[in-house]
Formats: sequence, structure tokens, C-alpha cells
Amino acid sequence: MKGMEGDVKIGLEVHVQMTSLKTKLFCGCSSDYRGKEPNTLVCPVCLGLPGSLPVLNKKAVEYAVMAALALNCEISDRMLFFRKNYFYPDLPKNFQITQYDRAGGVPLARNGYLYLDFEGRRRKIRISRIHLEEDPGRLVHLGSIDRSPYTLVDYNRSGVALLEIVTKPDIRSPREARIFLQKLRSILEHLGIFDGGLEGAMRCDANISIAGGTRVEVKNISSFKEVERALSFEITRQRGLLEKGIMVKRETRHWDEARRVTVSLRTKETEQDYRYFPELDLVPVELKEEFIEKVKAEMPELPDKRVERFISQYGLPRYDASVLVSSKALADFFEEAVRLYNKPKEISNWMMSDLLRYLYENNLELHESKITPAKLVEMIKLIDEGVISGKIAKRILPKIIVTGKSPSEIVREEGMVKISDLEFLENLITRIFAENPKAVNDALINEKAAHYLVGQLMKATEGKADPVLSSQLIMKRLEKLRRERGIK
Amino acid sequence: MSRIYELMAAELSDKVRSQEVSAEEHLHSILERIDRVDEKIHAYVTIAREEAIARAREIDKKARRGEKLGLLAGVVVAVKDNICTKGIRTTCSSRMLENFVPPYDATVIERLKTSDAIIIGKTNMDEFAMGSTTETSYFGATRNPWNLDKVPGGSSGGSAAAVIAEEATAALGSDTGGSIRCPASYCSDVGLKPTYGLVSRYGLISYANSLEQIGPITRTVRDCALLLSVISGHDSRDSTSVKIPREDYLKYLISDVKGLRIGLPREFFGEGVEEDAKEPVLEAVGKLEEFGASCCEISIPAMKYALPAYYIIAMSEASSNLARYDGLRYGYRDENDEGNFDEVFSRNRRIGFGAEVRRRIILGTYALSAGYFEQYYLKALKIRTLIRRDFERAFKDVDIIIGPTMPLLPFNIGERIDDPLKLYMCDILTVPANLTGYPALSVPSGFRKSLPVGMQIIGKPFDEGTLLRVAYTFEQNTGYHKYRPPL
Ligand SMILES: [Zn+2]
Repeated sequence: MKGMEGDVKIGLEVHVQMTSLKTKLFCGCSSDYRGKEPNTLVCPVCLGLPGSLPVLNKKAVEYAVMAALALNCEISDRMLFFRKNYFYPDLPKNFQITQYDRAGGVPLARNGYLYLDFEGRRRKIRISRIHLEEDPGRLVHLGSIDRSPYTLVDYNRSGVALLEIVTKPDIRSPREARIFLQKLRSILEHLGIFDGGLEGAMRCDANISIAGGTRVEVKNISSFKEVERALSFEITRQRGLLEKGIMVKRETRHWDEARRVTVSLRTKETEQDYRYFPELDLVPVELKEEFIEKVKAEMPELPDKRVERFISQYGLPRYDASVLVSSKALADFFEEAVRLYNKPKEISNWMMSDLLRYLYENNLELHESKITPAKLVEMIKLIDEGVISGKIAKRILPKIIVTGKSPSEIVREEGMVKISDLEFLENLITRIFAENPKAVNDALINEKAAHYLVGQLMKATEGKADPVLSSQLIMKRLEKLRRERGIK
Repeated sequence: MSRIYELMAAELSDKVRSQEVSAEEHLHSILERIDRVDEKIHAYVTIAREEAIARAREIDKKARRGEKLGLLAGVVVAVKDNICTKGIRTTCSSRMLENFVPPYDATVIERLKTSDAIIIGKTNMDEFAMGSTTETSYFGATRNPWNLDKVPGGSSGGSAAAVIAEEATAALGSDTGGSIRCPASYCSDVGLKPTYGLVSRYGLISYANSLEQIGPITRTVRDCALLLSVISGHDSRDSTSVKIPREDYLKYLISDVKGLRIGLPREFFGEGVEEDAKEPVLEAVGKLEEFGASCCEISIPAMKYALPAYYIIAMSEASSNLARYDGLRYGYRDENDEGNFDEVFSRNRRIGFGAEVRRRIILGTYALSAGYFEQYYLKALKIRTLIRRDFERAFKDVDIIIGPTMPLLPFNIGERIDDPLKLYMCDILTVPANLTGYPALSVPSGFRKSLPVGMQIIGKPFDEGTLLRVAYTFEQNTGYHKYRPPL
């Protein structure tokens, strides 16, 4: 099997910030740290000052239970926190409050799964556990980590609530890893606990092994866009080694996003001893059945259900429905557009083809573009009202995405209004017929050849000629010529 | 000026409220007393003179304006130096925190302030509360006011010495394995370790967080009840703080023990406990019997494993609790900043911590390490469960358990400090209350060789009321609380 796609095993360890929480996991500090002055969102607790004690954020538990339910996990009736002990400057207590599944530890949830519809197949990715933990602070270096003359620490992120979601090594390709993360993101966004558009809100580490090789861990993957690149690089690297008969070392590697390579961090011959033991400053949390039932009852619609609804309610093909629901923002955009203008198929087509292609090619997220449902709808209405052609619409859509201007404004500014001036078009046709006598002769005999003449007309008007009207006028002119020349 | 520094907290607060004594004149009398005797005793690490005077004036102003004053109006409280005080350095008697000034008050400090107490300063202790003699302090040992060659007990030795030497009206200590009761016994104070969860630990610098509680050290049982009423009660900032209604413990000050069933554990009077430590306690029990209590011998079989279990748990927790001291954000930072994080952290910790602290961190790290975790830490937890069961069983037949607080009389400074095992043995009778979380109180019960002996009373969880009633009955009928060291 060496060299085949099927011999790759990937397991992911995903860290997701519950960005909808207003406050950190164990203190009342704001968790909205992005773009804030360093070390301003801190208190004795998240700075780990002597004498401070953690108090669990109840909302975080509720959100985590929601996520666990959405990922089909078994939820523990009682969960404990543990300390993971290691020295690092981003960790103000030099231990992280987390959960553990050994030594008497009980994580929030275990044994879940997620289905992926991927390349026409349904794949089951098993989830071994989900737990709650605190995010460390952030280290800031001047330039690269190994050359910076100093390290700055910002503890604004310290103590932000993280969900750690660990999969079994069920993922078979980098592409599948990306799809998994996309689906996970969509689920968490639908639950309203997470905004994937925020930088660093979803980070992941991956274990990769190829049959005949050794398990390698890749850390520091910052988004689901990066996961595909990092894993592809790592697989190529490992295959290269195996082909040369070199053993793959068991190690931890770091994904260098800028250079797009993985680099060796430390040889993982022995596991680092984190000396996990109970965090006795926190009491065990009872997850009573009524509580879980209540959370379950309040769960919003999840992506899988939404796909089915898009198919039945809007008559979309399954593929289109699942693409739209792959991101909550996209699905919400679609439904808002449909609410404004009840033409789901047209809206879906425009989103599926032109909008998504543009975003993908330019590596943009929907929220990074300036288009709104209202603007897309306005554009489609201009087509339906005959003001612009579909061709013109294809040209103005990117302009809407980039500038956020309204379609009518763009049309007006750039003189893109469809030409339906009869006299103008008739004159142009006379000229085109004169310039293309051979094509005219062909068209007189074979009606299909008339398309060439229509094309010439469109070319001459830079696509602004009304295509229906143009075609009618050319047909009429040809008919007239046939009569004149007595062609049947 | 008269000797008003002698006043008990209960009397003093009445006099301040009625403006018979001003908080400021009383404070000055205490400050003079400190100036006169603390050179000999060395109870204090930091004296917050200015802050205290400002507070006293505020309280007097309130009194003059006729505002209602709190339970501890004008009471001068000395605070163990591991309890955070906003704006007053809190050192844990360690070089590591020599210049650490907390930006916040511990919950107990907030409560003292709300009840109009005055924080006079921070008292000496064993470094990070690791010790039973107050000898491991970076700032030097505290001496026993009864005999300056002797240790005052520890780790809250500074608090206990300050109170009996009348350098403070009352004090707060913390008790991880006997750190309130041991010095209370050695200095002839009343010292209470409350039930785990009764007093908020928010702002107490952790040594072993599953074992310790803050508690009062006073000269009388009444003052103990008074302070406990102020500092106890639920605190949302401490998840282990128990949600029970706040109590007025003064209501338990009744001189009556009729029908009280006392258990005397064989293990508290057996091998390793000196006659001098036992006799006064047995005499005291005899007194309580005269007043109508009954007593019987009981047994806590798991006691023989208590000490090793205690030390493994305490050191394991300490190894993690003290990890945060790396010199990066606060605390000792060596001038030499060369090397990577590990090297810098190690250097700061090697120099910032004293020998006993390093010993306990290393032992605790070892006990939590892969391969030893089950053998040490988990086994210690099992023993903890066994001891708890033994106590639960014992309390089915008795209302309180009595024994000596310490297995031996106060010893000479320097006598045991070089032999950790011998030193750890001193805690044998106090650690059970920490392992079980049960409340325990030490009350003066006489003297041997001119040195104080304390009687330890252990109660059921949250039954501080009974402890106070028994201690009060004994105190009121004997009067050992009236003795003062010859200073
Ligand atoms: Zn905070």
C-alpha cells in the first residue's frame, strides 16, 4: 500500500476558543482580547498571582455540553479539572488547568463522532474526547522565534476558555482534514459558541503516520486553511524518507506558516512528564441529567438538519445545499437573500459559482468581503428587469465584493447598462454584416452559424448589447436577406 | 500612657464604639509595645505603621460622627505574611517574595476591614509555611516569648508570638498541618483551624491547597469566636468555600459541658508523646469531667500512616502551587538573566527559595512523577480516605476528640532544624485534622518547665460551636489565659 492515499492516518487535536463567552474560563476578565493593549485584560486570577483562586465560568460548561451533544458524545455525569504541570513563560502559574482522562480524571465528554460527506462517500470520524481548558498567554517575538533578542508576553489571552476536541486517527487525507475542520467550525458556529472568522480562534495539532512509518506530531497549525498545506507537506516529507529507506523519526514538528514547511522541535523519545494531578481549588462539576436535557432542548438547528431543510424548502440539489451550509455565514447569507427576493435557485447559483469561486481564488472569507445579501439580490433583480445582462453581472460581482458599492451604482458609473437602442444596434449589424460576408453566407444556409454574428455584435459592444434583442435583430436581418436572395 | 495594649478584642471594640478609648491611642500603645519587645521576639516581618494610623483615625472619626462601627472596631490584627494585603508587601518569609506587594486584599482582609479592624503588619513564618518552628524564615527566626531560646512553634510563629507578647490584639494564621495550633500551643494562645471550606482561602498564598485554612490566633476563646464570626462564611471567589449561612459564634460561649462525650484517642497519648505534653491535657480532661462531661478511650488506627500521607500530599501540591515563582512577572529575579527560559527560571528558583522549600518541591515533584504517582500520591489519598473513615466512625460515639496539640514541649532554636524527619514528627497530632478537613482548636492548658502546653480539641465538620463551648468552659474555670510571658 506504500504510496497510496489509503495508507495515511491522521488524528487531529483541535483547540477552539468559545469566542461567544464574554469572560474567561476562571475569572471575570473580558475574553475579547484581539487588538487590545497588551496585559490590560488581566486580574490576579488569570495572571496567576499568589493567593488567587479560579472560579469556573458556568456558561462555558453549558457551551461545552452543547458542543459535546452536537458531536454525538457521551457526557460524563461528573467532571474534574486537573493540573498539567510544565514551565513556560506564557503560562502564568506554570501549570495549565485542563482535564485528563487518566489517573482518576474525568473529561467532559467521550466517544463521539462526526459524519463527513466527502467525494461522494459518507465518512465517520470518531472523536475520542472533548475537554475544557484555559488558553495560555501569547509570546511575541521580534522576527522569528529563534533569532529574536527578547520575548514579550501578553497575558490578555491567558485564561480564555478553550475546548479541546481530539479525534481518533480516522482521517485519511489532508483534504479530508480540512473538510473535517470546516464541518466542525460550521457546527460550532451554528451552536452560537464560536466565531471562526477571528484570528487564532481555531488552532490544531495533528498526528500523521504513513504505513511503515512512525507517528509524527505537527503543532502550530493556525486554521483550517493551513491544515491542508501542513499535512500535505508532512506526508510528502515522510514519503520521501520512506522511499529512500530512511526511518521516520518519532518527533514533534512545528508548522512554519511563512516558509510553508514543518521543522523539527524536539525528538520525542520520552513523553514529557506533565505530572497531571487534580486541581483541588475547583470542586467536581456535576452534570445532572436535567441540565443536559435543558441544554439539548435549547440547541439550535445543526448543519446536517439545515442541509436537509435547504433541499426540501428551497429545492436545492444536495451538493449545493451542503456547500452553502459548510459555513454558517454562507448559509445565513443565502437565507437572508432568499428572504429579500424569493428566487432560491438563482441566488444559490450565483453564490455557488461566481461568489464562492472568487472568494476561494482570492483566499477570502465571506466576512472579509463587502458583499451583502441585499447587494446580491439587487444585482439579480437588475438582470431580471432586463437592465443588465448575465454577462455584465459576472463582471460587476467582483466589484461588489471588493468595493461594497451597490450594483446599480457600479452599472451607472461604468456605463454598463444593456444597449437596447434599436437604431444603434441596426447600424452596428449593417457594419458587422459588411465586414463578415462569409459568416453571413454560412448563416443564411445554416441558422446555427448565426451565433458567430451575435458574438461579433457582443464583442463590438463589450457585452453591453441586449443579447435577446441582438439575436432577434440579426435573425430578422438574415430573414430579410434570404427573401431578397430567394433562399428558402 | 496606660497599658491599654493588654485589652482583649471584645473589650477593646466595646470601648472604641463607646469612645471610652480611641482606636488611635490604643494603636499607639501597641506600636510602643512593639518597639519595646519585638527586637527580642522578631514576630513581625513588616509593620504597616502609616496605614494603621490612618485607619485608626478613620475609625475614631466614624465613632465621633456616631456611625455604627463593626464587630472589630479598633482591634489591632497582625496578619501572617502569606495572606495578601493590598499595598502591604506579602513575603511568605521568602526571599522569593521579599518585594511582592499584592494589588488586592484577601477575602479575610476585606472582612477585617469592613468590621473596622486595623491591620498592624505582617508576621513572620516558616518560609511558605513549610515548617513547625518559624526557623526557616528568610528574615530570621522568631523567638518564643516565654523563653527566648525556644522556638515559638510554626509555621504561624510570628502571629502566635505577637499575640501573647501583646504586640497585637489578635492575629490571623494559616494551618496546613498544624501551623495555627502548634504555635498557639507553644505560645499559650487560643488557635483555631476551622473546617475546610468555612473560611475563604482567596488571597491565602497556597502551600498545600487541599489541606489549609486561615484561622484566628487570640488570647481568649471569646476573641477567637469574635474573629471567626468576621472571617467565616461563603465567598464566591473560593470554589471550595461552603455555602452555609454566616454564624455569630459568640452565642456558643456558654460555660457548660454537661453530657458532653469526649473521645481520647489511644494514638494521641501513646509512644512518641512526652509525659509533659500529655499530663496537662489529661488534667484538663479531668476538669471537664468534673463539669459534667464523660470520656472514653477511642482509636484512630490509620493514624500511624497519617504523617507520611500528609507529607506526600502537602509536598505534591506544593510542587505545583509554587511553580509560578519563576521571577518573570514578580518575585526574585537574579541580575544574571543569561540563558533560555529553563535556565533563567532555575537560577531564580535556586536562589529565591530556601533549602526546606526546595526540599519539599523536589520531593513533591518526585511523588507526582510518572511511575511513582500511584505508589505515592494515589496511595496517600487512599490513606486520607481511611483516616477520614476512622474519624467518622469515632464521631458516632463522641461529640469531640481531645488530645495534646504537640507531642513535646517547645524545644531550643536550632535543635531540630537540621533533621527534617525529627522536625516532621512534631506534626503527628495536628495533621489528622487537615487530612480530614475537621475543625480543631488549641487552648492553653497549663505549663510544664515554665513552658506552655496546649490542649487540642477536634470536632465534627462545621461544629466550631462545640469546640468554642468546650474551650470556653475550660478557660473560664481555670484561667490559664490570664498568664503572660515575662518580657
Ligand atoms: Zn482575569
